Amino acid sequence: MLKFALAGNPNSGKTTLFNGLTGSTAHVGNWPGVTVDKREGVYKKCAEPIAIVDLPGIYSLSPYTPEEVIARNYVLDEKPDCIINIVDATNLERNLYLSTQLLEIDVPVVIALNMIDAVERAGDKLDEKALEEKLGVPVVRISALKETGIKQLMDVAYKASKSPRKGSTALKDTALSHLIGDVKIALDGQGVKNPLFHAVKLIEGDEIEVAMHKDTLKMVEEFKKTFTDDVFGTDFEALIADARYKYISKNFDSVLSKKNKGSMKMTKSDKADKVLTHKIWGIPIFLVILFAIFHLTFSEDFLYLGAIFGLPSLEELGVDTETFGGQLLACFYDGAVFSPGVIINNIWNEIIVGNVLGWIKTGVESIGMAEWAVGLLNDGVIEGVGAVLSFLPPILVLFLFFSILEDSGYMARIAFILDRMFRKFGLSGRAFLPMIMGFGCSVPAMINTRTLADDKERAATIRVIPFFSCGAKLPILTAVAGAIVAAFGIGNADVITFSMYLIGIVAAIVSVLLMRNTSLKGDTPPFIMELPSYHAPQFKNLMAHLWDKTKHFVKKAFTIILASTIIIWVLTHFSFNWTFLADEEINQSILAQVSMFVQPLFTPLGFGSQLGEFGWVFVVAAVAGLIAKENVIATFSTLAACLVAVASLNVEGLDIEAEEGIDAVRAMITATGITVPALLSFIAFNMTTIPCFAAVGTAKAELNDNKLYKGTLLFWIVASYVVGAMVFTIGTWWWTAFIWAAVIAIVCYVIVTINKRSAAKKA
Amino acid sequence: MIKTLDLFAPNEKGVVKSVGGEGRIKRRLFDMGITPGAEITMRKKAPLGDPIEVTLRGYELTLRKTEAVCVTMEV
Repeated sequence: MLKFALAGNPNSGKTTLFNGLTGSTAHVGNWPGVTVDKREGVYKKCAEPIAIVDLPGIYSLSPYTPEEVIARNYVLDEKPDCIINIVDATNLERNLYLSTQLLEIDVPVVIALNMIDAVERAGDKLDEKALEEKLGVPVVRISALKETGIKQLMDVAYKASKSPRKGSTALKDTALSHLIGDVKIALDGQGVKNPLFHAVKLIEGDEIEVAMHKDTLKMVEEFKKTFTDDVFGTDFEALIADARYKYISKNFDSVLSKKNKGSMKMTKSDKADKVLTHKIWGIPIFLVILFAIFHLTFSEDFLYLGAIFGLPSLEELGVDTETFGGQLLACFYDGAVFSPGVIINNIWNEIIVGNVLGWIKTGVESIGMAEWAVGLLNDGVIEGVGAVLSFLPPILVLFLFFSILEDSGYMARIAFILDRMFRKFGLSGRAFLPMIMGFGCSVPAMINTRTLADDKERAATIRVIPFFSCGAKLPILTAVAGAIVAAFGIGNADVITFSMYLIGIVAAIVSVLLMRNTSLKGDTPPFIMELPSYHAPQFKNLMAHLWDKTKHFVKKAFTIILASTIIIWVLTHFSFNWTFLADEEINQSILAQVSMFVQPLFTPLGFGSQLGEFGWVFVVAAVAGLIAKENVIATFSTLAACLVAVASLNVEGLDIEAEEGIDAVRAMITATGITVPALLSFIAFNMTTIPCFAAVGTAKAELNDNKLYKGTLLFWIVASYVVGAMVFTIGTWWWTAFIWAAVIAIVCYVIVTINKRSAAKKA
Repeated sequence: MIKTLDLFAPNEKGVVKSVGGEGRIKRRLFDMGITPGAEITMRKKAPLGDPIEVTLRGYELTLRKTEAVCVTMEV
């Protein structure tokens, strides 16, 4: 199959064009060696099917960012049959800078001139024929958005792919041309492919190139000695970049004729920007938007209508929620109007998933298999899949909002507004985006750290993302907080939930500060970033994005999580001598036995030895949580049932099977006599410890370094242990706060002194 | 008059004279179009005073003051 690569600047409409070309055939994979998403699809409307590969959005082929290295390696090593270089006509100069580099490679290139309608709407004119003549490759005008010109583009590209093309350089009329020519001939003589491209890069002193052509380097250095420039001296990298831009402005200024030259008009985008990044209102507006997103996704009292008007619950209205109509109504309203996110969640979980899984379970029971097999299928497999699928709605709704922010151009402004604050922690403003996404789900958040150019900054960000409590951890919070309020009659569940979120955020900040000053030390990465024009997000793009995420998540549900759910089910339903145990006999299970053994380890956290005979239940739940956080509360229900049987608990009036798990936790409180600080410590521990399997797998792939990955696992264990111990001890004996403060002060002092000393040594 | 880009006031305009700085930052500045002769207009500062937003070659770019120091401008 023919292979075309799609290359271009970020925000040039590349993704839109890709979606238009490939439709539903697109799939996401990883680049070999490096874990950046690779999107591939097939275009079928040509004489033969063509594979389209979407390269990462880049500004240049420099060796400094992973995206650029990937794009260049792909083009050089995988040898596509044609490169389609998408060029944003509204931003011709900067876009052509990348084109001048791509054109140096010996591969057919076709320029797709996008957004030309926007140029013409502004009253400007662009002469594409002149552009084509000067570049020496076909130029096709398209609108990726309206999907016009795409057929023609592909026909031209198909034709171009049939005849080989030799690279050409924008530097041929400069003083450098002789030098480039000499090096090119030398490389050509060695049989190097793409000699022109490599020659230019070698002269630039490009890190990758220098390592690749060590022998030729000496000769290049000799050549370079004969050459000096008045302005740049011997800085060839600067010289070449400058020559490219000079070439572009010399040749292409005439291509674009502007209606009102020079005068800067206020565009709609400028006006929006004036408000959104306002000196005083910028930050408050951002906070309101963030609040609105979480309110729309998670709030069970939309616009606080229920609280304001004192709306009656369905029960008070006499609605029978057992009927289908009542069930459906309960998805939208119960004493308060639900937010859209909650409504979607209810419909999905209560109506669709709930019913379908119910039918399957009934079916399994009726076949007449052995008891353990029914248990494995129904409680292990089906329940497990259901638990994972239940998190699809909040993740997708949150993703939808973040995609809107991203597509509209506001995300970049958030980075702009917050950079100053983040720099204090040794991160750039861009680190904010993945962190805030962590509130939805750690997996996409970790993948999103790809936008960070600095490896150490990336590692630090990936490590703290799980501290931004994800959707799956919320049930732990609500169940335990609800149980605390119900059992001890103190506090307010919302306050507890909120402070736990806050503890996570504080832990993240402290950890980043700590890491950036110790193990992940490094300069604050540069923050030189385009601020794209604002525009309305495209519905089609948003949907394509969400579809990608859904596929990714469902795949995850049916592989890693399904496997781990089965393993945990086996560990909780079989004893060491492999006899099948009923739910209520979980105390004899392999997992419980192991947990009893390690229970003392958790004594400083409040749920260890001091809980006596049944203390192991919290350890079991925490271990189950390592596999998927949604397991923690599910395990609580099972464990509560077990405690009722084993400890002959009197749990009258409690519904331990209830989904929220509050009563299950109450049963465990009664059985173990666990204290409030220990329960809080349990939440804090679960929030900051090793995240679910899926997130751990993602972290491993994204870090792509075994040492860093092992360090990350260790970091999570230590962090959760310290945070849990801190919460428990301070909650139990308030004066221990002073001891912790003293320890922290000493640690800070030691780090600062050591860093000062090593800095002084360097100087 | 010659001064570095970080010292520009909003709406001040100038032409790039030279670009300095450490390798990675310099290359990035070049790649984004900050080359000698390019015309840059300072747009605004972020709410917390840093980074800054500039217009050049028909688009908006943001960079920190510590990076803008590397750009010497002719006003």
